[in-house]
Amino acid sequence: MAKEEVIEQIENDVQNNSIMVYMKGTPDFPMCGFSNRVVQVFRQLGVPFEAKNVLEDPDFRFILQEYSNWPTIPQVFINGELIGGSDITMEMYQSGELQDLVKESTTNQE
Amino acid sequence: MKEPHEIEKKLKETFSDAHVEVEDLTGTKDHFQVTVVSKAFEGKKLIEQHRMVYEPFEEEIGGPIHAFSIKTYTPEKWEKKESNTLL
Repeated sequence: MAKEEVIEQIENDVQNNSIMVYMKGTPDFPMCGFSNRVVQVFRQLGVPFEAKNVLEDPDFRFILQEYSNWPTIPQVFINGELIGGSDITMEMYQSGELQDLVKESTTNQE
Repeated sequence: MKEPHEIEKKLKETFSDAHVEVEDLTGTKDHFQVTVVSKAFEGKKLIEQHRMVYEPFEEEIGGPIHAFSIKTYTPEKWEKKESNTLL
């Protein structure tokens, strides 16, 4: 895929899904502990999220990291905006900030 | 591979007022947990705070540094955390 197409796909992903997770592996078969932690948080919250496995395409991963200006995987986007990786997701979950943000995003969708 | 004290040194150069802790999580010098306490984080979102910590290591993350787990605190938040730990 050309770089422009990849960027277009990322923009569609993050705009069409209020919670978009880029991870290593899939939610049912995570290939990395950090990716798994993020999946478990959203499952715990019981909210729908979309996930994409970045290991399927090495170019995709590289372009994503450049697009988001974030060096690691997983990456969590809420309402089209990158909130961070697994550390930030966990920290926001523990402080309750993530729950507020997710509630807001699902209300906006209705 | 990367020496923990090199990471610490670089962070202290970036954040001159900082309290820095670097932990080698696996003993293999490629999975690190870093804690940075600095006034520079005041009024900034978590993602911006983490970006500031990542930035000096941009070239190394994904290469010699495989995992880089970050905790950031403002001095105020750090004090609160420390006093909670003591209780």
